[in-house]
Amino acid sequence: MSDWPLLSLVTFLPLVGAGFIFLFAQGANELADRNAKNVALMTTLLTFLVSLVIWANFDNGTADFQFVERFAWLGGDIDYRMGVDGISMLFVVLTAFLMPICILASWTSITTRVREYMIAFLLLECMMIGVFCALDFVLFYLFFEGGLIPMFLIIGVWGGPRRVYSSFKFFLYTLLGSVLLLLALIYMYFEAGTTDIPTLMAHGFTAQEQTWLWLAFFASFAVKMPMWPVHTWLPDAHVEAPTAGSVILAGVLLKMGGYGFLRFSLPMLPLASDQFVPLVFTLSVVAVIYTSLVALVQEDMKKLIAYSSVAHMGFVTIGIFTFNTQGIEGGIFQMLSHGIVSAALFLCVGVIYDRIHSRDIARYGGLVNRMPIYAVTFMIFMLASVGLPGTAGFVGEILVLVGVYQVNTWVAALAALGVILGAAYMLWLYRRTVFGTIDKDDLKQILDMDKREIAFFAPLVVLAIVMGVYPGPFLDVMHVSVDHLIQQHQMAIQAAADGAGGAQVSAQLAAK
Amino acid sequence: MVNPHDYATAAPEIFLAISSMVLLMIGVFRGNQSTKMLSWLAVAAFAVTLLLIIKAPAESAISFAGMYVADSFTAFVKVMVLIASGAGLIMSLGYIREEGMERFEYPVLFVLATLGMLMMVSANDLMSLYMGIELQSLALYVIAAFKRDSLRSTEAGLKYFVLGALSSGMLLYGCSLIYGFTGATSFTAIAAAMQGQEHASIGLIVGIVFLCAGLAFKVSAVPFHMWTPDVYEGAPTPVTAFFAVAPKIAALALFMRALIVPFVAISADWQQIVVVISVASMLLGAFAAIWQTNIKRLMAYSSIGHVGFALIGLAAGSAEGVRGVLVYLAIYVAMNIGTFACILCMRRKTGMVEDISDLSGLSKTNPLMALALAIFMFSMAGIPPLGGFFGKFYIFVAAVNAELYALAVIGVLASVVGAFYYLRIIKVMYFDEAAEPFESPMSVEMRAIIGVCSIFVVFFAFYTAPFIAQAQVAASALVP
Repeated sequence: MSDWPLLSLVTFLPLVGAGFIFLFAQGANELADRNAKNVALMTTLLTFLVSLVIWANFDNGTADFQFVERFAWLGGDIDYRMGVDGISMLFVVLTAFLMPICILASWTSITTRVREYMIAFLLLECMMIGVFCALDFVLFYLFFEGGLIPMFLIIGVWGGPRRVYSSFKFFLYTLLGSVLLLLALIYMYFEAGTTDIPTLMAHGFTAQEQTWLWLAFFASFAVKMPMWPVHTWLPDAHVEAPTAGSVILAGVLLKMGGYGFLRFSLPMLPLASDQFVPLVFTLSVVAVIYTSLVALVQEDMKKLIAYSSVAHMGFVTIGIFTFNTQGIEGGIFQMLSHGIVSAALFLCVGVIYDRIHSRDIARYGGLVNRMPIYAVTFMIFMLASVGLPGTAGFVGEILVLVGVYQVNTWVAALAALGVILGAAYMLWLYRRTVFGTIDKDDLKQILDMDKREIAFFAPLVVLAIVMGVYPGPFLDVMHVSVDHLIQQHQMAIQAAADGAGGAQVSAQLAAK
Repeated sequence: MVNPHDYATAAPEIFLAISSMVLLMIGVFRGNQSTKMLSWLAVAAFAVTLLLIIKAPAESAISFAGMYVADSFTAFVKVMVLIASGAGLIMSLGYIREEGMERFEYPVLFVLATLGMLMMVSANDLMSLYMGIELQSLALYVIAAFKRDSLRSTEAGLKYFVLGALSSGMLLYGCSLIYGFTGATSFTAIAAAMQGQEHASIGLIVGIVFLCAGLAFKVSAVPFHMWTPDVYEGAPTPVTAFFAVAPKIAALALFMRALIVPFVAISADWQQIVVVISVASMLLGAFAAIWQTNIKRLMAYSSIGHVGFALIGLAAGSAEGVRGVLVYLAIYVAMNIGTFACILCMRRKTGMVEDISDLSGLSKTNPLMALALAIFMFSMAGIPPLGGFFGKFYIFVAAVNAELYALAVIGVLASVVGAFYYLRIIKVMYFDEAAEPFESPMSVEMRAIIGVCSIFVVFFAFYTAPFIAQAQVAASALVP
């Protein structure tokens, strides 16, 4: 089994499904639409299975890249390289896990151009999984940017009233950040003569180079993350995107920024990463507190959850830039749990939006009377988002706080303040929508979740609780890789402090 | 004396020249009803010429007393030119029939213009350079005004002619200055004369500036771009498609040879000129296109922007830069031909339409054409994994290796601005409500051209390596 190019399989399987729909589900009739949906669902489920197979065969005991594939591609040592380590493994599974849920969530709410919609989602899945599997910088960039095309169309074609503005903003914002990443990557190629990610990690750029490269990386990853003050595309994109689009945005696309920091900024540019810690901490703390406050006053449910995402991502960046085990593992775990929880929250909004066609918080109230199952589901995810012990959200937050406390007490204190604000806006949202009495006529007729909805919420509920109660299996996957990352980072810092130049650092790292 | 071997190296051009005469004779004797046959014969002549070029020995050969050069660089460029000309001619077939332009001179002029381009590409001397340019330009002036009952077309032709003549004058003036200060017209001889010189004399610099101005006009680079939007808009659409591709490739190839081969010793001097032209073209191409409503005008500004990007490669002045330009041009050919084929399909009962708003909701009325056009637009914006990205990628690789960081940063930022107007076309097609559908079905040859171009662009990532290798060989023929 291990001889199979499993990573290529998991990456390109969705593409096969998309091609199948494109070629065979012709015509604009009921049957073609239903076939397209079925093919998409089966493809995504199969992809998920393959990702589980990869996880099952993944060796937790090594920090090396596994399932490595390599083919000659562009020449000049730009090759097609795939591989996963403890940091990327779970993101692959997360992506593959969320996709079938997205397809199911769109089952009835998407009625126009169903085929194109399914093709766009399958293309997007291919690009997203590719991002986490790529072991070549150019290949990574290809997937990283390529994802913009389907997402742009998903927001623009199937989005809400202001979809044109939002889709353009999303596209151009992200593109602007990414082109600088492209230049940085070309510079690294020029310096190191390869775009192989492990080689670049060991290359040891000089301190001055690192500063510039880091800033170029930051321009891209900070927008993608998104960090304050370049987060403004996110609420717009979330509000206008169809439910499944929001799920993918919150669940996977936002993780690419954090993944970028972990995969590129930290290991390749350790000195600059160290140097820019104050900047990252400042922006993150502002994000945590400011966007939490902004979330408090939102009238629109999706916008509120979008701002809460920015706040949660602030935790992630704080965690990543602590450079200790708890902080980074907390950051990764927070990304995973946020991927589940915020995705589920957007689905919760989608459930009532499908019924009432409004996202206004004031339009709702007293839903618990008519929708008990929904109320419980929503509560679980709401509490997970707040970070209640026993839910997935808690583990990440506490690890990040423990990590950052060792580094900077003030940042820890301010971040903890963000947790309290988070509880405030989430609980208030829940109270206003679910509790109280029903005083709107159409709400008196509202139906509880049907079987399809229960079916796609069930795995999310289970995961949100399992990850909170027993996070061990998830943390074990990343542990060795994270330790390795931290070790390398400390060696690089140490070598620089000893007055050794970049060349010596690279020699040491290469020897290791 | 000219030896027989000289004729062998120029066999493709000689064949094409004879073909053009034969076509002309057939046309004269058979009259206008033979236009369609002549067009296909011309395409066949292009195909044979292409074969002759591919079959020619790969090593570089200089003949006609240094006037003419054939090497892998010229072969690479000529293949692109011939493909572009052939596609342009095929795309014209339906249009000239519908618009009452079916006269036998049309394909003959195409062949003559193409012959001029091939000569430009192979020019190794200021004299042959000028001959090539003029043969090409004169044919193009006439084609631009070919729809002689149309005010816009004749205006376009006249504008093109007057400004083209002006630029030829500048070019000639530059050539004479260069000759005066180096004592040679052959690029090889000039390079020998420049050997060991750190800086050029002022007179020579002035000559180079005039040469650059003349060539910048031909590639429509800022600040010599003014004619482009008007001519593109006024000329018949298939002619615009032809203008946007084939002459640009030939002129850019000539631009590269005329600066790199003779003036390699003083590259720092001309590099700054190219950098300025490049930056100005990229920025103008990006910003001015935003407000356009006519898709042909938009494509004019887009082509100005693309030339700006290609010139980055020239500014780098290295083999990598030339390789980047060649790859960029090859992808540019596919994207532009495909886009113009789509524009040529924008036909309603009332006739051709060319407003961007006419594309509204195309994704509903003609999904495949919308898909193809969207692919071309994303590719032009340089979004991976489409071909346009690789074009830009190799250009920026050259720029970074030549340490032109500022130019590279401006380039990527301009590409983001440019993305805005490409996205706008996609927005109109996909996000807006459907307008009245275009006439269908599209003709077979249009569908074939659009299909081939979009497949080339979409799957470029799969055959990049052999392509780059070929471009590398071609580039090293120019920059050893």
